[in-house]
Amino acid sequence: MFYRMHVLVEMSSTSIPLGAAQIKERLEREVEKAGLSQEIQILESGSLGAAVPSPFIAVYPDNIVYAPVKIGEVKRIVEEHFLKGRPVKDLIYFKEKTPGVHAFLPRSPLAKEKRVVLRNSGLIDPMNIEDYIARDGYLALARVLSLSPEEVIGIVKDSGLLGRGGAGFPTGLKWEFTYKAPGEEKYIVCNADEGEPGTFKDRLILEGDPHSVLEAMAIAGYAVGANTGYIYIRAEYPESIRHLETAIEQANQRGLLGKDIFGSGFDFQVKIRKGAGAYVCGEETALLESIEGGRGEPRVKPPYPPQSGLWGKPTVINNVETLANIPPIILNGPQWFKNIGTPTCPGTKVFTLTGNINNLGLTEVPMGITLRELILEIGGGVAQGNGLKLVQTGGPSGGTMTPDLLDVPMDFDTLPKYNSALGSGALTVIDDTHCIVDVTKNFCRFFLHESCGKCTPCRIGNKRVVEILERISVGEGKMEDLDTLKFLGEHMKTTSFCGLGQAAPNPLLRCLVFFQEEFEAHIVDKKCLTGSCEMNKGQKVLVH
Amino acid sequence: METIKWEDEHIFQEVDSIIEKYWEEKSPLLCVLQEISLRWHYLPRPLMQHVAEKLDVPSSKVYGVATFYSFLETEPIGQHVVRVCESAPCHVRGAMDVLSTLKRELGIKEGETTRDGKFTLEVTSCLGVCGVAPAMMIDQVTYGNLTPERIREVLTLYN
Repeated sequence: MFYRMHVLVEMSSTSIPLGAAQIKERLEREVEKAGLSQEIQILESGSLGAAVPSPFIAVYPDNIVYAPVKIGEVKRIVEEHFLKGRPVKDLIYFKEKTPGVHAFLPRSPLAKEKRVVLRNSGLIDPMNIEDYIARDGYLALARVLSLSPEEVIGIVKDSGLLGRGGAGFPTGLKWEFTYKAPGEEKYIVCNADEGEPGTFKDRLILEGDPHSVLEAMAIAGYAVGANTGYIYIRAEYPESIRHLETAIEQANQRGLLGKDIFGSGFDFQVKIRKGAGAYVCGEETALLESIEGGRGEPRVKPPYPPQSGLWGKPTVINNVETLANIPPIILNGPQWFKNIGTPTCPGTKVFTLTGNINNLGLTEVPMGITLRELILEIGGGVAQGNGLKLVQTGGPSGGTMTPDLLDVPMDFDTLPKYNSALGSGALTVIDDTHCIVDVTKNFCRFFLHESCGKCTPCRIGNKRVVEILERISVGEGKMEDLDTLKFLGEHMKTTSFCGLGQAAPNPLLRCLVFFQEEFEAHIVDKKCLTGSCEMNKGQKVLVH
Repeated sequence: METIKWEDEHIFQEVDSIIEKYWEEKSPLLCVLQEISLRWHYLPRPLMQHVAEKLDVPSSKVYGVATFYSFLETEPIGQHVVRVCESAPCHVRGAMDVLSTLKRELGIKEGETTRDGKFTLEVTSCLGVCGVAPAMMIDQVTYGNLTPERIREVLTLYN
């Protein structure tokens, strides 16, 4: 079947809650009514990020994007544009003049963006493997199979790629440790359990381009000598799971996964494991426990997973975004990758803009970009013209940045110098109408809820911290509470068993320093300076 | 809500076929519990006992796993589970108002089930749809950019 026009409807977890499924349905009905079903193909696509508001409709080969589309406008688009060939000017979000076909990359309207990981998202139908293949999909895997495992590891090491899950460990080294670890049986695990509040990059990568992650897992498998990969994904992500299941099935059918890939003798299968609502399972050893069917409680390290991981076998655990970087690195070479970003943190980073910001959504930019560029240029500034109070980078377990730090380069090396962290790339912007006691309490409640209970500092520490903050926020705090909070926070940091408990007091400790006068106003004056917390509303305390 | 008749052999046969599906897996316990929970909305104790025997693991381990994860329930819950995100990105965009609207509309507090057994209201950690905050999830479907009006509209879809 040959179509004269391809229409992509954004079906992502950002657009579906805004009615994308109904828009697609209406579009199909209107196209049918106009008698165009034989000429126009309607496909699903992933998110284009913060650059383009959701839900969008992209029309190829015209290269016209309508966004954000309202259901009532669908009829007009079909009748005017599709039937009469007159694009609906007042609904166009941006128009690219370059002639192209279905698989072309529209230049992002944001000059700062650089798409490596999201190279296909929003451009291809993620449910159709041929779209991915048309954009050089599985070419990197084919190339890798003619190299030796050492050569593949060498390329990844040379690229300087650092793990994008938050810790920033060199990916090539992880692969090398696993390759060198003795044992016949090894595993590749893709960590898609992104639970850090404010993070949804992995979700949109998996929805928009699932094959890039599958291809990378097979490449990793060949490099370290593993024949099975597991993707551990949150139960909250049904669309990503559906896309992955379809992608795995299609890749198996075409022999791009499974037995004897490309006739090379290399076998690789991928299985999906669903989480069941536990943030701690994003911690890599807790994740392994969960795949093994148990309670997701972290293990003692060392031994690290490259020595002893899944069922005690050498295991590579990589984040979704890390893996999605692998095929372009293989195809373009390590030097190409090193030319992007900063010398010590090459490549791009996907950030998610959340909270009180005008343009919500994800954006991919070179490492080393400043918060100012992210918030003002890409995010369109603080919502409703309010002032900026703080930006939480990397979610609650990351770092707190105040407005005086807007020009610090965002990368794995620089942020720790400011007691902050890049983490997963979540940015939660909080404006000056919010009360710091309320915000801090929110962060701490999250950790209280998600603590697995294995170790005392985290289990009891978070409980006590939340209790004290609840007292302060209703005007029953004492000045010595501030010392107790600091004492508890520092002890949790140094004595907790895993990263969850160690990172839990981060926002608390930073906010106590930056916003001391606000805490004191709640304690001494029984007053909230912003007037936005429970103290003034007389709300009942929420207990999880 | 479906009442389970334990004398009914076919329930256990159904559980057996779930176990069968994951028999080849190295450690099928969590997968099996997830499927049972999809089918019956919670994990009835006799079924957990049955799984323990079939998989030859202590029933304490089965119960330990069942109570660890927030998506697994060991007591009957409503036909639909409403999960309101209360993490920071939703919190600063009005998640508390979403919660209070839901409490008012459903006439229950968080953690409770409506008398007709239709809805259970829960507060949850980040759902990963911060681009449309504030958000909630009903069963497998996510709803975003919530306002009191939109919440009422969504709830009618389940009535």
